[in-house]
Amino acid sequence: MAHISASVYTSHIPAVGAALDLGKTAEPYWQPVFQGYEFSKQWLKEQKPDVIFLVYNDHANAFSLDIIPTFAIGTAPEFAVADEGWGPRPVPKVIGHPKLAGHIAQSVIQDDFDLTIVNKMDVDHGLTVPMSLMCGQPQAWPCPVIPFAVNVVQYPAPSGRRCFMLGKAIRKAIESYDEPLNVEIWGTGGMSHQLQGPRAGLINREFDTAFLDRLIADPEGLSAMPHIDYVREAGSEGIELVMWLIARGAMSDVNGGKPPTVRHRFYHVPASNTAVGHLILENN
Amino acid sequence: MSLDKPYTDVPGTTIFDAEMSRQGYHLNQFCMSLMKAENRARFKANERAYLDEWAMSEDQKQAVLARDLNRCIALGGNIYFLAKIGATDGKSFQQMAGSMTGMSEEEYRNMMVGGGRSIEGNRYTGEKK
Repeated sequence: MAHISASVYTSHIPAVGAALDLGKTAEPYWQPVFQGYEFSKQWLKEQKPDVIFLVYNDHANAFSLDIIPTFAIGTAPEFAVADEGWGPRPVPKVIGHPKLAGHIAQSVIQDDFDLTIVNKMDVDHGLTVPMSLMCGQPQAWPCPVIPFAVNVVQYPAPSGRRCFMLGKAIRKAIESYDEPLNVEIWGTGGMSHQLQGPRAGLINREFDTAFLDRLIADPEGLSAMPHIDYVREAGSEGIELVMWLIARGAMSDVNGGKPPTVRHRFYHVPASNTAVGHLILENN
Repeated sequence: MSLDKPYTDVPGTTIFDAEMSRQGYHLNQFCMSLMKAENRARFKANERAYLDEWAMSEDQKQAVLARDLNRCIALGGNIYFLAKIGATDGKSFQQMAGSMTGMSEEEYRNMMVGGGRSIEGNRYTGEKK
């Protein structure tokens, strides 16, 4: 049977992708950001996941205001890299895993989470920047990826509690898949940042630190945090952090197993407008 | 019964909720059209004519022409959509975000390098700093 071996959490800032694509990673501004992922790149090479289930949000690229799915699972064989207005990032196309994705969709919907099934979708920096941070600049990504897009563009995003419970349903779905696949689940976005209005540039290190602490030790309690706390304390775009709770809900300890091992933790301010947070938790 | 909107007292912040989305539909869909290179070229060649193809209000068109992102947001624009205008102009997200704060590009960049805008005094409208 398939199993979830680990979860990875990371910000997905577009400027990080641009810095990589333009060869600026050694610049003093960017060097500390990429330094924080050196361990992670090596770790991923050793882990050799068969599939990455990648939770992210689309930033008005695959979805306009015509259709706004709260939860959308990508079930296509492959996904093109979106042109977000600057031209597409020069990164490999994303190969999907239609069979596992379809299995997860069917299982999760039967578990009361009404996913939108997407068979054609471009993926934006929300997905490709985490891939770049964790994999560097390969010719092809190391394994198939199942894109899972969460609406955080139009308020309200799903609640933290809903995300956490969904993570549990995704775990159950993966564990009932009849092939011995090593699956990782990644939660992306955040940390504190605000991109709009006179309060743009907001960073709240104290909030972010507490969020990381609680995500590790008290994810269930953290999942009860209301939207307004994210907006007020972590900025209007800081609400992306609810997506981390999907990945966290899929871990063993909150499903009757043992606590995870914290393999890596990293925090840095700033990357462009945003606080960079990154965590790797391994199941035991 | 009206909806609970606990986010209206967050300073300098507009939450893109259903009401804003309804107001900004055509503005945001115009922005979305700039994801295609040929539309970016047509927009740059004659901005006014391109905007007139969209069912946007005159205020929305003027805000776009002036690149007044705060005004665009007040009229229903969402930053992820508005970012397409900045991309068309060759601006970074940091330049766009900074343009809404009343700070110069350099001041904004320095604030971010210095740890960003503090949360202290920035939680509630009218709060003492």
